[in-house]
Amino acid sequence: MKDKLKKMPKTWLDNLITYGMVIIVFLLVQMFISRGLVSNLLQGLLVPLCVYVILAISLNLTVGILGELSLGHAGFMCIGAFSGAFFSKVMADIITVTAVRFTLAILVGALFAGVFGFLIGMPVLRFRGDYLAIVTLAFGEIIKNVVNALFVGVDSRGFHFSLKDSMSLGLEADGDVIIKGALGIIGTPRNSNFTVGIVLVLITLFIVLNLINSRDGRAIMSIRDNLIASESIGINVTKYKLMAFSISAALAGVAGVLYSHNLNSVAATPKNFGYNMSIMILVFVVLGGIGNIRGSIIAAVVLTLLPEMLRGLNNYRMLIYAVVLIAMMLFNWSPQILAWREQHSIKDFLRKRRKVQ
Amino acid sequence: MALLSVNNLSISFGGLRAVDDFNIQIKKGQLYGLIGPNGAGKTTVFNLLTGVYRPDEGIVLLDDKNITNLKTMDINKCGVGRTFQNIRLFKKLSVLDNVKVGLHNRFHYNTFEGILRLPKYRRLEKMMNEEAYRLLEVFDLDGEAKLSAGNLPYGKQRKLEIARTLATNPKLLLLDEPAAGMNPNETKELMETIRFVRDNFAMTILLIEHDMKLVSGICEELTVLNFGKILISGETNAVLNDSRVITAYLGE
Ligand SMILES: Nc1ncnc2c1ncn2[C@@H]1O[C@H](COP(=O)(O)OP(=O)(O)O)[C@@H](O)[C@H]1O
Ligand SMILES: [Mg+2]
Repeated sequence: MKDKLKKMPKTWLDNLITYGMVIIVFLLVQMFISRGLVSNLLQGLLVPLCVYVILAISLNLTVGILGELSLGHAGFMCIGAFSGAFFSKVMADIITVTAVRFTLAILVGALFAGVFGFLIGMPVLRFRGDYLAIVTLAFGEIIKNVVNALFVGVDSRGFHFSLKDSMSLGLEADGDVIIKGALGIIGTPRNSNFTVGIVLVLITLFIVLNLINSRDGRAIMSIRDNLIASESIGINVTKYKLMAFSISAALAGVAGVLYSHNLNSVAATPKNFGYNMSIMILVFVVLGGIGNIRGSIIAAVVLTLLPEMLRGLNNYRMLIYAVVLIAMMLFNWSPQILAWREQHSIKDFLRKRRKVQ
Repeated sequence: MALLSVNNLSISFGGLRAVDDFNIQIKKGQLYGLIGPNGAGKTTVFNLLTGVYRPDEGIVLLDDKNITNLKTMDINKCGVGRTFQNIRLFKKLSVLDNVKVGLHNRFHYNTFEGILRLPKYRRLEKMMNEEAYRLLEVFDLDGEAKLSAGNLPYGKQRKLEIARTLATNPKLLLLDEPAAGMNPNETKELMETIRFVRDNFAMTILLIEHDMKLVSGICEELTVLNFGKILISGETNAVLNDSRVITAYLGE
């Protein structure tokens, strides 16, 4: 009975700590900025940090909560970035209230990325096995390359698409090319800032944490833990796999919108929306602890800031980076690592030694 | 009228006829035993009944409804619950949540109500908790409700699996060697629990067991499988005293 009471509010408290951590960091950073203690370089990193945190949390929904491997998370971010920026650019003169336009842009980015997640997940998630990893890997690369070749213009007759060049769009004199192939979208409104980023992080957290602790979340995690048992108690396995994967993709789309509205222009390069980015996010998730949302946040922040911080210590940079990576592997909060630590705990080790003596 | 009526059920894996012309009639409220040596095809029968495998031939009727080619999930919705010979729990979920996943199709609120924590979420979660605790108490697991299922001792894992299945409110409960790996004391206690479930939940139970002594204590009727074929079916005592059964178990 005592046990029951003691452990009752644990997830509630756990979640509170996670939200609290984000808010406190936000307030501290704001305080430091107002006192001029934050370098320009670091200030420039604040929005990307929020982008990475949202990406890591949302990927953890697929990898840690659903238990499927996705290697194309940057692809969904790419879709969000471009669809959101496209919307903002087209609507720049129509919706003049920035807050409204940006909010709608975020929703558009989430919707497009979510729909793509759904369309990719639908054929793939029916099957058992690691097909999702292969398909998302291909998807991420394909999306990046398609966007790179994509020309979209708008004129009085509507939208025009081409995969060749802007000439072949055949625009009227009043037309405007919005997506210019490899140049991407130029002149996106820079609506993103740290406050918006933190708000989006909190919303992402709210959605993911509340999903996990609901009927649907339990169904999703039951699939991860034992698919056959899950089916045997009447869980619609395909539906919940699709749900988790689509929400994960939609949230990556939100990160993309935040990213593209932080720049004057957005173009798809191997660096921002490529395979490397997908893997980097996966590294955040793995090192932060698979299935551990708070761990993902910490890993994303530490591993983004660390290389920048270490710039001064040029010679030792990679060494320190390596040590931190190893430390994070050993001291994260994934259930496997927790079990491992319990077995190999130093306290127990010392206690046993004492007993023997 | 039979609750479960299986006719001419067969399946082959490659050249092996794992289940051959299997027939069974189970009446409401019965505690029925399916026995046979290892590899006889007992688990395969369960997998056929629950849609894990598609039969090559045969018909499965539950309450006169044809459930033969339904999906596993839909067969459960029709009222068939099962446990597994190799325990399949949701190991990282808490004991309580394992049972609450079982309640999934009985308490509905949608994704938005869940994420936004609307009043319906709160009301139904409370009801689910109460119902789950009620079930856990039957199996004496309420004290461990917050533990990860994977951390339960073996015997309690078996019980939790039964509790989780009962949470789906089945008409027919299929138990695959529930006493496997238990010591004699645990086994005895489990058999009492099974009888309790049958009486208090008005449950119909089909129980696989390869230890004959065990089933003789609680089953009213038995079917003996050997090499995929039914050796004999009938009342427990008659079956156990049949010379063919004794031969099958002890060898020629
Ligand atoms: N999926 C499968 N593929 C191939 N052979 C199988 C499969 N499932 C069961 N079998 C075979 O069917 C036979 C019966 O197995 P099983 O039903 O597990 O026996 P029991 O539960 O009575 O011990 C065994 O010979 C087993 O190897
Ligand atoms: Mg078996």
